[in-house]
Amino acid sequence: MSENLFLMVAALVIASAFWVVFSPNLIHSAVALLFTLFGTSGLYIFLYADFIAATQIVIYVGGILVLIIFGVMLTNRIDSPSIAASSANQFIGGLGAFAIFVMQVAVIFNTTWMSGKPNTQQSSTEAIGKLLLNEYLLPFEIVSILLLAALMGAALLSRKS
Amino acid sequence: MDSLTSYLVIAAILFSMGIYGVITRKNAVAILMGIELILNSANINFIAFNRFGGLNKLDGHVFAIFVIVLAAAEAAVALAIVINLFKNIGSVDVSDADILKG
Repeated sequence: MSENLFLMVAALVIASAFWVVFSPNLIHSAVALLFTLFGTSGLYIFLYADFIAATQIVIYVGGILVLIIFGVMLTNRIDSPSIAASSANQFIGGLGAFAIFVMQVAVIFNTTWMSGKPNTQQSSTEAIGKLLLNEYLLPFEIVSILLLAALMGAALLSRKS
Repeated sequence: MDSLTSYLVIAAILFSMGIYGVITRKNAVAILMGIELILNSANINFIAFNRFGGLNKLDGHVFAIFVIVLAAAEAAVALAIVINLFKNIGSVDVSDADILKG
């Protein structure tokens, strides 16, 4: 049961990622990206990462994907029947991506990964909160300042001059 | 099925798809979608290594949170740039953005 579910989620992730990259219509790409992000969230649940799965849905699907769809809508004529997304360099791109994929798979299967008992913590939220406010306090603050600066920069860039 | 290598292979496929999208797409927003795929594959790797790597801590989850925050910042700035590009040259085709060329 769990095996089949895992295979289905993995197939969903991979098929929708293909559609993100190959779809000739930009809106279809954005909707396929929605399925990829949901599938990735499902993979996180399989990995006992409940907090990351929820964060993935809230931030990626609720925030970044909406921003991307805004970007598509603001930069295209909506009245045109299909919002075309043309491609170029398919051959070089396909060759390069395939070479990278082969290299990664070779490394994955030729390395003896450090492995131990799988980490099956019941709920990860409390532990993540403690880590963020103790060991990772400085990176946490730096990343929050970076986010603030990036959002202020985005607002500054996109205002009417 | 539920082993480290299966997650790593899924992440490798996502990463290659993202690279392919970044190389071949001409629309700037579509390139951004490819970058999101790449960041997601990195996140899958972080979480998978955290679960199967034998350490009884959650440091990988913290790094995944940092990656998500950086992706949000990157998406906001990139879309501001894309909208400015559209205002200035009337298209978001990256091969049209060559006005810096002399």
